[in-house]
Amino acid sequence: MKRLLPAWVKWPQLDLPLLVGLFLLMGLGLVVLYSASGGDIGVVHRQAVRLGVGMVALLVLSQVPPHILRIWTPWLYGIGVLLLLATWFFGTGRATNRWLDLGLIRFQPSEIMKLGVPMMVAWYLHPRRLPPDFLTVLGSVAILAVPAVLIARQPDLGTALLVAISGVFALFLSGLQWRVIFGLAAAAVAAAPALWMVMKEYQRQRVLTFLDPESDPLGSGWNIIQSKIAVGSGGLFGKGWLNGTQSRLEFIPERHTDFILAVLSEEFGLAGVLFLFAIYLFIVGRCLYIAALARSTFARLLAGSLGLTFFVYVLVNAGMISGLLPVVGVPLPLVSYGGTSIVTLLAGFGILMSIYGHRNFIR
Amino acid sequence: MRLAFARRRPGRRPIKDQVVEARQFSARALTAFLIVSAALLLLVARFVYLQVIAHEDFVTRSVNNQVKVLPVPPNRGLVYDRRGRPIAENRPAYRLEIVPEKIDDLEQLIGELGRMVELPEDALERFQRARRQHRVFDSVPLKFNLSEEEVARFAVDRHRFNGVEVVPYLARYYPYGELLTHVLGYVGRIDEDDLDRLNRAGRAGDYRGTTHVGKLGIERFYENALHGASGLERVETNAQGRTLKVLERQDPRHGTDLVLSLDVAVQQAAWDALGDRPGAVVALDPNDGSVIAMVSKPAYDPNLFVHGIGSADYAAILAAPGRPLFNRALTGGYEPGSTIKPFIGLAGLELGVINDSDEVFSGGEFYLPNVSRPYRDWKRGGHGSVNIYEALEESVNSFFYQLALDLGIDRMHDYLAQFGFGAATGIDLLGESEGVLPSRAWKRANFGEPWYPGETVIAGIGQGFNVTTPLQLANGLATLANDGRRFEPRLLFASKEPGDAQASRNLSPLMAQMPVNDPAHWDTVREGMRRVVYGLRGTARAIAPESGWVIAGKSGTAQVAAQALDEDMDEDTAAHLRHHALFIAYAPFEAPAITVAAVVEHGGGGSAEAAPVARAVIDAWRAQEVRR
Repeated sequence: MKRLLPAWVKWPQLDLPLLVGLFLLMGLGLVVLYSASGGDIGVVHRQAVRLGVGMVALLVLSQVPPHILRIWTPWLYGIGVLLLLATWFFGTGRATNRWLDLGLIRFQPSEIMKLGVPMMVAWYLHPRRLPPDFLTVLGSVAILAVPAVLIARQPDLGTALLVAISGVFALFLSGLQWRVIFGLAAAAVAAAPALWMVMKEYQRQRVLTFLDPESDPLGSGWNIIQSKIAVGSGGLFGKGWLNGTQSRLEFIPERHTDFILAVLSEEFGLAGVLFLFAIYLFIVGRCLYIAALARSTFARLLAGSLGLTFFVYVLVNAGMISGLLPVVGVPLPLVSYGGTSIVTLLAGFGILMSIYGHRNFIR
Repeated sequence: MRLAFARRRPGRRPIKDQVVEARQFSARALTAFLIVSAALLLLVARFVYLQVIAHEDFVTRSVNNQVKVLPVPPNRGLVYDRRGRPIAENRPAYRLEIVPEKIDDLEQLIGELGRMVELPEDALERFQRARRQHRVFDSVPLKFNLSEEEVARFAVDRHRFNGVEVVPYLARYYPYGELLTHVLGYVGRIDEDDLDRLNRAGRAGDYRGTTHVGKLGIERFYENALHGASGLERVETNAQGRTLKVLERQDPRHGTDLVLSLDVAVQQAAWDALGDRPGAVVALDPNDGSVIAMVSKPAYDPNLFVHGIGSADYAAILAAPGRPLFNRALTGGYEPGSTIKPFIGLAGLELGVINDSDEVFSGGEFYLPNVSRPYRDWKRGGHGSVNIYEALEESVNSFFYQLALDLGIDRMHDYLAQFGFGAATGIDLLGESEGVLPSRAWKRANFGEPWYPGETVIAGIGQGFNVTTPLQLANGLATLANDGRRFEPRLLFASKEPGDAQASRNLSPLMAQMPVNDPAHWDTVREGMRRVVYGLRGTARAIAPESGWVIAGKSGTAQVAAQALDEDMDEDTAAHLRHHALFIAYAPFEAPAITVAAVVEHGGGGSAEAAPVARAVIDAWRAQEVRR
């Protein structure tokens, strides 16, 4: 068997539990997607193809040793920043400048930064003595702030915060002192009014709607209300697959993308939600476990940050559809229908697989 | 090979302690996992709250979401004429409806729709008015009666218009147009007045989903029967409000089909006989009080009003000569002129003032004692000595001047009132005029003046204060022809409830049976009327039929006071054209089957202008009856 491949190609050393977790998640996602799309098998096909492309990215990255990734990191980050600047000038998209049209493919440079920022922060912290001193923290913050600000200007506040938080996680895992953490948290709370000032009108509206969805039940509050009705009416065991009235009768908006968890909650009830959360918790735990196994600071921080960021997606998305958080355009990772984010996420897991596969090498 | 990738550590930095860092990292990772678990626990708590604790509430809301109660409007009852010809139909049509709550920019939307569908200028304004009467999330009609092309054009672009629907419905259609307007009336869109009326009557619920209501004529008078009551449908709808499945249905009670006593053929004959002249014709069956024809001319097309008449069309109707909106048959007040003479003659006979051989000398002029003003006969030099037969045949004024004086105004009033003059006939239409049958009391009440003898004289020939409607004349004559039996005229001939196999006959209520002192008196007057048509000197001998029914009639000429002239009559109009021509007739003489009152405005002499109209109506009725 092995003779079929050149000797230098190593059979991928993948972490089986993590892989099983991912496949469970993707399988469940496709099942829910079939219902959410109103039984449109074409949508399920396209999603499966995307997942396949993402798996290829996962496999490829799993073969790249972490120290090679580390060498690439500044280039990836630099190119990402340049592309973000490019969207500033050449961006396309209906109301926002998120997309960059490269002729053949259109993509969002902010997706690159979902990997680029945690990698760059980890790269930056890697050679330094940890816990980081004040200057190091400042440098890390600068690394994550530049792309975050550029993305926020697009405007895409949700992605900007997610990108920033992936850097923050790397810092946190590097052993940032608790007093600094609390200090920064206090500063963030104090800065909230300033953030309100720079928010766009539609963003303020979302926050206001979140605070009181019933104030505009047919307008911006509609999504939250209908989503909560879907979740609540699901009960313990749900209405059954393909039987969710809220989704089948199109009351849930964006039901195969950002609000797909509402469909799952309605059709599979609390039991389905707990099952899904269990998978997510398992994946995050496994990510942190892999991180702890890693031998280099770069790999540790990167693996931990990717795992925690992945969880933040879940937290924000689930918080949104259950009315705990305002409506922001964050998909349910690996379950929501959607292009680039799936590939980015699976590429991230490719890095984790690589870190797992190369855990026995120093650096 | 792999070790070649190892990089030299920057020397100027403090040495990293990998073991300490790894331990530190593990601690942080564990902390992070605990935080993650805590956050997840919070989420789980939220889902438990939504899915377990508040579950029931959300189930209710989810059911309310998907299940909608929709009204099912009833089909409006159809209307037929006496021979079963449909005269008010329901035709499939399409209307454009909008759910205002789903539209962001109404003005822009209407602008865009206007490019596909022809909208009247005031569409937006009208729509806003209609909107105020609707409940939230009910659709509001924007345009009725879309053309097929408009429906097709909208269908292509429909996906662009969320909240806009093309809805099929049944539109009222009047195949005979203006011919029956003044009887049938029309339906129109429900307005605020109608809503008020329905609310007060407690019938608003029956009108859920209904857009039209009877505004005039039969459509208005029999609105309750014609409309029926809306049913309900519990349906499952999607978020766009499209119906997916009917869960439960309470059928509407469809409207009652009505059969009117009108005969369209007779109606048409009357219409044609009037020609271009404004006028009115009422034909009744004296045996049961049913209305055979009721024409008022000019008229207008009721179909214009069904879909909301445009201001240009309405202005055209208002500007048209002869006031088409004016229902002459029902509300036109005319001086009866000589058509009153048979009734006064009968009063004289029955009250014992004269007998059928009493004669009065007509010398061309009639004087009251000590008054120099002459009351003239229409024939210069007079008619000589005449009895009541001759007085009717030749319409001798002097005979009736004398008779009126002998009767006195109050006895005249009381007797004529029994024929229904001066009071509404009670026909099944709204807005009927009462006319005027003068008396001393009436004059004192209305003018505060005493009655003068001269007024009695001219009242004997139906002039002065007397005002009658064509309907009153026809019904009064029917009473005379029918030995004093007076019915409330009825347009409703029969009605058929939904589900009934056969229509059930509607009978006109008998109003009164007049006292008959001597049937011979009635025969005398009727013989006089026969001679009007068949006598050598009969005023209407020109219409004597060569064959067919024997007709009895009486001509009349109503003088039009200068101030009552229509605007289109000017001072130079020939005097004879200022008079309205009247003719009342019944046939056949031996067994009356139809009584007719015809008025031709500005027609001059009654016998010349109105009598042929009455003859045409009688012939048409006879043709229908014989064919049967």
